[in-house]
Amino acid sequence: MSNLLPSNLVNQTFTPTADRGEELPKRSITAFQFSDIYNAAGAAAGALALAALLFGWFAPLQSMIGFVVLSFLFFLLFFTLLTGFSGNREEITDRIATTLMYSAGFILIATLLFVVFFTVVRSGDAIGHINFFTQTQKLTGPLDPLTSGGVVHAILGTLIQISIALAITIPLGITTAVFLNEVGGRFARLVRTVSDAMTALPSIVAGLFVFSALISTGVLQRSGMAAAIAITVMMLPIVIRAADVVLRLVPHNLREASYALGTSRWRTVWHVVLPTARSGLVTAVILGTARGLGETSPVLLTSGAAADTNVDPLHGPMISLPLQVFTFIKSPEPNMIARGFGTAAVLLGLVLILFTLARVLGGKAPGQQSKRQRMHALSQSRQDEMRIALKHKAREKAAAAELRANSTASATATTPIYEQDLRPRRFGRKK
Amino acid sequence: MSLNLNTQPNADKPRSLKAREPQADLVFRSVARAAGGLTIAIMLAVGLFLTLNGANAMHIAGWQFLTTQSWNTSIPKPGEFGIAAVLFGTIQIAVIALCVAFPLSFGTSLLISEVLPGNLKSTFVSIVDLMAAVPSVIFGLWGVFFLQANVIPVSAWISQNLGWIPIFAVTDGSGQHVTEASNFTSSSFIAGIVVGLMVVPTMTSVMREAFSQAPVGEREGALALGSTRWGMIRSVVLPYGRGGIIGGTMLGLGRALGETIAVYMIISPIFNINWQILKSGGNSVSALIALRYGEASGFGLSALMAAGLVLFLITMAINFTASTIVARSRSGADN
Repeated sequence: MSNLLPSNLVNQTFTPTADRGEELPKRSITAFQFSDIYNAAGAAAGALALAALLFGWFAPLQSMIGFVVLSFLFFLLFFTLLTGFSGNREEITDRIATTLMYSAGFILIATLLFVVFFTVVRSGDAIGHINFFTQTQKLTGPLDPLTSGGVVHAILGTLIQISIALAITIPLGITTAVFLNEVGGRFARLVRTVSDAMTALPSIVAGLFVFSALISTGVLQRSGMAAAIAITVMMLPIVIRAADVVLRLVPHNLREASYALGTSRWRTVWHVVLPTARSGLVTAVILGTARGLGETSPVLLTSGAAADTNVDPLHGPMISLPLQVFTFIKSPEPNMIARGFGTAAVLLGLVLILFTLARVLGGKAPGQQSKRQRMHALSQSRQDEMRIALKHKAREKAAAAELRANSTASATATTPIYEQDLRPRRFGRKK
Repeated sequence: MSLNLNTQPNADKPRSLKAREPQADLVFRSVARAAGGLTIAIMLAVGLFLTLNGANAMHIAGWQFLTTQSWNTSIPKPGEFGIAAVLFGTIQIAVIALCVAFPLSFGTSLLISEVLPGNLKSTFVSIVDLMAAVPSVIFGLWGVFFLQANVIPVSAWISQNLGWIPIFAVTDGSGQHVTEASNFTSSSFIAGIVVGLMVVPTMTSVMREAFSQAPVGEREGALALGSTRWGMIRSVVLPYGRGGIIGGTMLGLGRALGETIAVYMIISPIFNINWQILKSGGNSVSALIALRYGEASGFGLSALMAAGLVLFLITMAINFTASTIVARSRSGADN
């Protein structure tokens, strides 16, 4: 090609001609390739067959987990071989890495589903009887059949404890998060560091703290209140951290617009920042609640075990669901263990409901409105417009009347400015 | 007015820019500051009360508290009680937990941030969050009633075939290898697996956040140079996410050290150092506290407080380091 050009242009930029030499096969640039599916399916079939052969033929099947682990290793081996037929080293590494990532995700989901289903399935014996939700353990011994006794006292206890904990956590946690974001400064940074570190406070230490600070000093007895305070110590940093992240996402121009209108800090927080971040804050609180519900070890030290309903948080032991699970399964009796699984399923159900609620209510970025919220905001600003216009008109009328009273005879031909229609045009047209 | 240097009497004077804070703002600021102060106060109170109450036991035991293996607090004298064995057990379980959790969370966080398309991605994030919300007592139930029975054959297999590695060996008092299933129950290995699954969500969310912050320009550059997806991850995402990987792992470690109820349900408590991870018996500081707080009174409680204090200090140190690493690696956020 270069011999076609003048020699002084050889080292300069030129437009290439259409002739590009022989066409190479086009490389597929899609991430998804059918051969991968065939390879994966083939490798899976081969791996399962080989593992089944090894376990069923050469050694009797001993362990589910051993079988799964072995088939997975075979799968990786076969998959590498099959990919190796068509690709180079880079591609093989890429495929194996992707497979490993998918496997990690799969194991995670499978474990979670398995834990949930295992609990639900094993709980069937106890939950099937209606008395499980209507009675307490007061009159039920370890050897009694499942048709006697229930966990209504633990459900009540959990609700009371979590309500007290929330009554402390929501104001304190959200105010602290507001402090971190809206006030700032060196002290705020210290608070943020400390509350971040507190998210990993060992739960037993929280229990031990309440035990040493409140119970062994005689301020409180082992009671629902003590348990609620221990749960608060665990929940507070979680809520602060989650709320902090949400508040940080509130767009700065909203705050600046509010300040530019002359609003005070406090009004900006109350009317702009918090409403904008509302859905995220709700999610933060609900997720904190779900964590607080499941705390066992702080409650173990602080609430004490009771077999009967106790709605007084200040006096006497008050049991909660996680502690009830723990108490049940310490017993060797199969009926008690069945009750333990039943209680665990109730607890899990509560957590799942809260979690779903958090996803439904929240999950929206700050400032993102649903259709209803948008309509509401629109109608509210229309109302404001009307209110301002009416006020304006009333003031005009008053001024005009005053003027007329002052200057009786000096009426001019031209309309004075105070009698012109100064209402916003849109308001006049609307009806 | 007398200080006005301007010669003209009615000249415009620059308006004072000092804002006079309204009363409501002063109140708001002090309330917010008080809330922050209260949060810190609670935190300090945790450390303070543990120190005050543990001081008695610490004073009697001295430095031997960290090197003694037994836990006999009925006769308070040095050398009778200490946390060497339980601290060892705690770290042992936490390390096993990390061996389980690290590959899982590393793979899952890469899967979420690099591989999965939009809507699947958010579903997966929800699932990981949900896993964080499952109570530890339920993981413990699963560990005791399902996992244990299924892990025992695996443990037995490992100890038979890899028994020449000291930590995988399972021997009785005379050094003979043993194979009965009862020797493999309630081991640190099983507890470690369960705790590992429990810390996966924490680690995954930190790592995922770090990976997703790798700059788009560099990613596209790598892909444009002909890199495969894994090549792009290795050359762009992982270097950018290194802080997140280290920090997330340390946060997971902190969680694993403090886990109580699942360990307590699974492990059969012993008070000597057991290197054989597959062998029945182990302990952790938090399990010790949960086990002994009931029968403890006076001095015994003080000793438990001292153990709790050590656990508290270790987890706080790990956590502060981890959050510093994560915060330093995070670009854009100012603090």
